[in-house]
Amino acid sequence: MKQIVKRLLETIVVLLGVILLIFIMLRVVPGDPVTTLLGEHVNQQTIDRLTKTMHLDRPILEQFFLYVGGLLRGDMGQSYKYNRPVTQMIMDAFPYTLALAIMASIFAWALGLILGIFAAVKQNRLPDHLFMGISLFGVSMPVFMAALFLQYLFAFKWKVLPLKADGSFLSMILPAIALGWNSAGSVARITRSSLLEAMQADYIDTAKAKGLLGRAVILRHALKNSMLPVITMMALQLSSMLSGAVISETVFAIPGIGRLATSAIENRDMPVLQGTVIFTTVIVIAGNFIADILYSVLDPRIRKAA
Amino acid sequence: MAMSEKKEKETVTKTDPEDVLELHDLKSWFYTEKGIVKAVDGVNLRIPKGKIVGLVGESGCGKSMTARSIMGLLKFPGRIAGGSILFDGKDLAKLGEKELRSICGKDISMVFQEPMTSLNPVLKVGRQVSETLLVHNPEIGREEARKRVVDMFGKVGIPEPEKRYDSYPHELSGGLRQRVCIAMAMICRPKLLIADEPTTALDVTIEAQILKLMQQLCAESGTSILIITHNLGVVAEICDEVYVMYAGRIVEQADTFELFDHVEHPYTKGLMASIPRIGKNPERLYTIPGVVPNLLHLPQGCAFCTRCPCATEQCRTEKPVLTEIREGHWSACFLNQAKSE
Ligand SMILES: Nc1ncnc2c1ncn2[C@@H]1O[C@H](COP(=O)(O)OP(=O)(O)OP(=O)(O)O)[C@@H](O)[C@H]1O
Ligand SMILES: [Mg+2]
Repeated sequence: MKQIVKRLLETIVVLLGVILLIFIMLRVVPGDPVTTLLGEHVNQQTIDRLTKTMHLDRPILEQFFLYVGGLLRGDMGQSYKYNRPVTQMIMDAFPYTLALAIMASIFAWALGLILGIFAAVKQNRLPDHLFMGISLFGVSMPVFMAALFLQYLFAFKWKVLPLKADGSFLSMILPAIALGWNSAGSVARITRSSLLEAMQADYIDTAKAKGLLGRAVILRHALKNSMLPVITMMALQLSSMLSGAVISETVFAIPGIGRLATSAIENRDMPVLQGTVIFTTVIVIAGNFIADILYSVLDPRIRKAA
Repeated sequence: MAMSEKKEKETVTKTDPEDVLELHDLKSWFYTEKGIVKAVDGVNLRIPKGKIVGLVGESGCGKSMTARSIMGLLKFPGRIAGGSILFDGKDLAKLGEKELRSICGKDISMVFQEPMTSLNPVLKVGRQVSETLLVHNPEIGREEARKRVVDMFGKVGIPEPEKRYDSYPHELSGGLRQRVCIAMAMICRPKLLIADEPTTALDVTIEAQILKLMQQLCAESGTSILIITHNLGVVAEICDEVYVMYAGRIVEQADTFELFDHVEHPYTKGLMASIPRIGKNPERLYTIPGVVPNLLHLPQGCAFCTRCPCATEQCRTEKPVLTEIREGHWSACFLNQAKSE
């Protein structure tokens, strides 16, 4: 418990540091947000007024504290371009990203675990080589290629699934597969190697000496021990998917976080960009935190120490 | 060569009804890239009902591989290359995995050397023991299994057995963990308990307790023990019969009194001389000179000839065979055999 509180405090410090860093980085990129917002031909008075309401005339550190204060109230400022609250825009986009990430994870984990376990059981035999070949292909295939390929085959050529996301379940299948493809490959590989390592342990001999058959030995003894690194990896994967799948979202026109961030870059819409970057950072850090906690919940040796 | 091949093919089925387990010419070989490592090379061994048999020898001489062969636990690239393991009218060396597993844990069980690593770190110790019970008797149900395990924990001297049932291995001391392993091995009242250096990882006071415990439990249930050790002190303490192993073969065999009274084989003499004894000039502790030969490059003759103080030309060129040199006393040494003739 003490450990968890300590980790939580650490996490908050890291978060503040990251926000400051993002804040400064986005301030030093060239281009004046006010002119971006109003266009070239406006009078100085309007510019000054806007600069003031956006606190752009204050020192950068003060701006930072004003911003953090706003964050605590759930206020991330207004979009320059759409003149809407950034928090609102992120909350509108997030459900799409969430749905995509969950579907992609389910696909990736189910496929990855099954392939990995099967490959480990059939170590060095044909299914092992076959599955590990497939997963290497998965790991090394860029997302945009997978996305375009799937889109071409299933949506364009065979017309069995929608070309673009329209909010329906069916339309999310292709983007989820495209996004989950990589993760499935890495889950399969880490499952296999971790399971094979666990199978070498002394307690596996004990289990066999007790009279357990191969399948029971794997399911009851090796699997739980081998799942620690796999689950940590899964938590990290999920958080990275939640932080926006830019490519999948772009190819399939899903209005999620990734799309929001890319369009904010195109529009030089600093509050939106800043908001999405901070939002995704929070998710990634939270993912790491949860992965750590999961690790200690699953492993009794760490659990007791905590 | 031709002769040994012929030997490998014939199956020995004759068993003495007084024995629980018989090894006939057991060969467990590792087919490595560098060549065949004959870790166990033609071992004959009998474990009579209710008796405690010791298997002794230095590190690397094949004791564990003999035990693992019986339990079907040889790891790739090792496998049983010949001979038979007779138990209950069956040859375990030829049984399928499923049949063998139905015997392991129930009729033959094993305690390993390292109590630290031989228990699963993420499962409660009580569950690990009740699992053995449930695999072989699924009909008794979880609750009854728990009750019996708690009972057994009490018997093996685990304090607060009810509470300890829900402990994880890392919460127990080495001695307690080995008690858990013994409980696991004895819970089905097996006919044979194989203990592979069960006390090597523990300190001396606990060693004595654990040995006593095994002896007492097995006496109660009529279980025979095959105890593997490199410590002749342990043998003297509890064994009825002793087999001395060197480089994959049995070099001397006798009952414990006979062996300690009349040691014959120079290797066993060396082992005896290296037991520390109170009062007998402890400042000059003997060790056998040289090292165990590489199993890939064994000498042409007797495997011990490179370290033997009395090796002759014959020892270097011919392999001695295990021969009965006196009633119930066997030795694989030309000198012993010459003396007895
Ligand atoms: N995977 C393997 N590949 C090749 N040889 C092996 C392998 N495993 C074991 N051996 C050989 O088997 C021999 C016997 O090993 P074993 O573990 O039975 O010795 P031991 O008598 O139990 O020794 P210890 O007292 O150290 O436990 C070793 O000398 C080693 O050369
Ligand atoms: Mg050993």
